[in-house]
Amino acid sequence: MSASRLRPALGGLASVPVTLFGLILVTFLIGRAMPIDPVIAIVGDHAPADVIARVRKELALDEPLWVQFGIFLRNMAHGDLGHSVMTTRPVLVDIGRFFPATLELATAAIIMAVVIGIPLGVTAASRQGSRFDHVVRVISLTGQSVPVFVLGLLALLVFYVKLGIAPGTGQLDVAYEGVVPRVTGMLVIDALLADDWDSFWDALSHLAMPASVLAYFSMAYITRMTRAFMIESLSGEYIITARAKGLSATRILWRHAFGNISVRLVTVLALAYASLLEGAVITETVFSWPGLGLYLNVSLLNADMNAVLGATLMVGLVYVVLNLLADMAYHLLDPRVR
Amino acid sequence: MLTRRTLLATSAAGLAAPSAIGTADAATPKNVVVQAKAIDDIIGAFDPAESYEGSNNEGCGNMYRKLIVPDPANADQLLGDLAEKWDVSKDGLTFTFQIRRGVVFDSGKPLTAEDAAFSLQRVVKLNKTPGFILTQFGWNADNVEKMISAKGEYVLELKLPEVQASTFVLYCLSATVGCVVEKATVLANQTNGDLGNAWLKSHSAGAGSYRMVDWAASDKIILETNPHAAVKPHIGRTVIRHTAEPAAQLLLVQKGDADIARDLNADQLKPIMSSPDFSFAKADQLMSMYLGLNMGLPQFQKTEVLQAIKWAIDYDAIAKNITPNVWSVWQTFLPKGSPGSIPDNPFKKDVAKAKALLAKGGYPDGFSVTLDHAAKSPYAEIAQAVQVDLAAIGVKLQLLAGEQKQVTTKMRARQHQITLMTWFPDYLDPNSNTQAFNSNPDDTDATKLKLPAWRCHYYDKELTAEVEKASKELDAKTRMERYAQMQRDSLERSPFVFLLQNAEIATMHKGVSGIYIGLLPDYTRYAQIAKA
Repeated sequence: MSASRLRPALGGLASVPVTLFGLILVTFLIGRAMPIDPVIAIVGDHAPADVIARVRKELALDEPLWVQFGIFLRNMAHGDLGHSVMTTRPVLVDIGRFFPATLELATAAIIMAVVIGIPLGVTAASRQGSRFDHVVRVISLTGQSVPVFVLGLLALLVFYVKLGIAPGTGQLDVAYEGVVPRVTGMLVIDALLADDWDSFWDALSHLAMPASVLAYFSMAYITRMTRAFMIESLSGEYIITARAKGLSATRILWRHAFGNISVRLVTVLALAYASLLEGAVITETVFSWPGLGLYLNVSLLNADMNAVLGATLMVGLVYVVLNLLADMAYHLLDPRVR
Repeated sequence: MLTRRTLLATSAAGLAAPSAIGTADAATPKNVVVQAKAIDDIIGAFDPAESYEGSNNEGCGNMYRKLIVPDPANADQLLGDLAEKWDVSKDGLTFTFQIRRGVVFDSGKPLTAEDAAFSLQRVVKLNKTPGFILTQFGWNADNVEKMISAKGEYVLELKLPEVQASTFVLYCLSATVGCVVEKATVLANQTNGDLGNAWLKSHSAGAGSYRMVDWAASDKIILETNPHAAVKPHIGRTVIRHTAEPAAQLLLVQKGDADIARDLNADQLKPIMSSPDFSFAKADQLMSMYLGLNMGLPQFQKTEVLQAIKWAIDYDAIAKNITPNVWSVWQTFLPKGSPGSIPDNPFKKDVAKAKALLAKGGYPDGFSVTLDHAAKSPYAEIAQAVQVDLAAIGVKLQLLAGEQKQVTTKMRARQHQITLMTWFPDYLDPNSNTQAFNSNPDDTDATKLKLPAWRCHYYDKELTAEVEKASKELDAKTRMERYAQMQRDSLERSPFVFLLQNAEIATMHKGVSGIYIGLLPDYTRYAQIAKA
C-alpha cells in the first residue's frame, strides 16, 4: 500500500532543515539579546576580571555575532552542542538524561487524555444541549482555564497531604533511588525490564498525580475539539442518509461521524502530545519531575545558553517529527487520497 | 505584583496553615537522611578547586577536610583540622604546618603533606573562579610548586612572595579551595592534563565524613559514609533532593518524605515555628542584603543624601514584618559572626532627620530614582517597603523587577541607580567584604577589580589604601581595629545601605536532629544527623 500515498508527506521532510535553522537562529539571537551576561552565569558574580576575560574568550563572546553563530552551527554539525554550565556535562548527554522523564510523563498523560477525552467529546456532541453536555463543558472549560500549577498544588494538598493516598514529589521514593539500572530512563519501564515490581509500583504511583494533572489539561482541549468536530460532522448529509438507511445510532456515531473526524483529530492529538513533550515546565517544577521542562526552565534562569539552545532544538525536533507523523497519518487515514 | 512564584508561595502557605495536617511518622528509610533543598545554584560542580556556590561548597565541606577550620563557637579563632599545629615565621613569609598523622582518605591510603601541597598547587594551576582566593597572595602556576611544598611526609611549608596578614592567609586556607584531595587518585583520573578537574566534578577523593555516590544537576546529590572517616556519620547515606519551591519542601518535611527542609521562607516558618512536630537548627549566615546607590548619579555624591536614605528606612519593621526569623537587622558590611565585625547598628527610621539631611544635601523636594530588585520573595516585598519609606522623605522610587542574574548583570555594568542585592564573603577573613565594599583603586572600565565599590562608583582613595594596609597588617589586634574603623567610616559615607543579615533555618521532621548549620555553607555538617 502506502509508499506512494506517503510521498506527499515525505515531501514535507524538505522543509524540516529550514524550520530547524530558523528555530536555531531565533533562539540564538534571543539568547544573545538577553539582559544576562552568560559569563557571569558560568563563573559567578564574584569572579576576578582575568577569569571573566578568559571565559569570555573561550566562549568566543568577544567575536562578532555572526562568527559566534557560525561557530555554534559548525559545532552542532559535529554533534557538539557544547557543555551545560549547570551540569558541566555535554548538553546532548543532559538531554538524554532529562528527556526520557518528560517522555514518560507526557505519554502517560496523553494516553489518559485520549481514553477519557474522546468518548466524552463524542458523547457530549451526540447529546448536544443535554445536562451531560453542560457538565462536560464545565469540566473541560475548568481544565483549560485553571492554571496547571494551581491544579498541581491542589492535587498535592488533597491526595498527598490530606488523604495520604498519593506519594509526594519526585520520580521515586528515596528508598528506591538507584535500585533499578537505567535503560530507557523511563523509570516505570526500567523497573518492568528489571522485573522489580516494588520499584515499578513506586514509580507508577509517583507518575500518577503529575500525569493526571497534565492529562486533565490536555483532555479538556481534546474533549472540546472532539465535540466541535463531531457536531459539525453529525449535521452532515451523509449522517441523515445513514439514519434513513436505518443504521444503529452507535454505528452512525462511531463509524460514520467519528470515522470522518478522525483525520482532523489526529492533528489535534499530535499537537497536544507535542505540547506535553516540550516539557510541561510548571508541572515538572511543582512535582520536582526531572524532565526537559525543568531543565529548560532552570537553564533559562541561569542564562545557561548551550543548554537552552540544545533543549529548544530538541523541542523543535519533537514538533517537527510529530507534525510529520500527523501528516503521514493524514494521508493514510483520509479515504479521499486512496 | 502577583507572579507565579508569589502565588505558589501564598497558596503553599495556605496549605501549611491548618495545623490539622497530620504529620505521619518519617517515611524515609532509617538508613537514609533525605534533605529537600534548592540545589540549582551549583556552579563548577564538586571539584574543590572550582566549587563556588553554597550547595557545592556545602557538599565539599562534608567530603573533604582542610588544614584549618574556624572555631564553630567563635569564628575569631582558628582550629587545626588536618594541621595539628602551625608556625608563622617572624617576617610573616613562611608558614609551617604539622600534618596530623593517621588521617585516611576514602581509598584507605593515608593523607600526607604531599597531598596537601598538591591540593593547593592545583587550585593555583587550574585558576578557576575561586582560584583568586589563593592567587591573591602572589602564587601563580610558575612559582607555586616552589612556594607550596612538602618538607617531609607530615610537614607542609607555604612561602609567601610578599608579606600578608597571617590571619588573612590562614582564613583563606579554611575556604573550600583549602580542601585536601588525594593526589594519587586525582592524577589517576586526569584527562588532557586537567589535574582531575573533570573527574572531581562528580566524584570525590577526600578524607571527610562522606564520599560522593551520584550527582545530577537540579535533581539530587547522593553521599555515603567514607568508611575510613575519623568522624563517621550516624546515618550512612544522605540524599539531597532538589526541590525548587519552598512550598513543596514544606509539604515533604510535613509528611516525613523529607527529614529536613532547608529553604523554607519566613511565611512558611511563621505558622510552624512553635509546632512540636518540627525542630529547627538555626544559625546566622554571613549573607548580607544591601542597597547599592550608584554614585554616578549627582545626588548620591552628596554624603548628606546618602545619610538621609540611611535614616529614612524602617529597618526593624522590614525585619519584623517581612522576614521574621530569616533576616535580621545588621548595618555594617561585616555581618555578625564574621571576624572583625562591630555591632554598630546606628540607623533607625527618623523622617525629620532624614528630610533635614536631604535638604542640607541640596534636595529639599527630593528626587526620583529607580530601584532594581529580584522578582521574588522577600526582595520584592522589601523593595516595596523601601519605596514607602523613601516616599515619606520625598524620594520617589520606581521599582524595576527582574530575574536575579539580570539585576546582577545590570549592576556590574553600572547601569543601575539603586539596586537591592545580597552578598556573601568568598572566605571568612574580613578582607573579603572589606575589599568588596571599600576598595576601588581605579574607577574606569579598564580596572581589574569590579567589586561592588567599583560597581557603585564609590571611589574613596583613603579607604582603598586602608584596605590594602589592613590586609598586610601582621599584628592581629591592630588589624581588627583597622576593620572596625573602616566599618564606622563606611556607615558614615559609603553608598551602601546594609539592611539585613540572613539566618539559615533547617526545618527537621519530628525526631530528626543533629544537622549543624555553619556561618558559611562550607562549614555546614551532616555527620551528626540522627533519627529517633
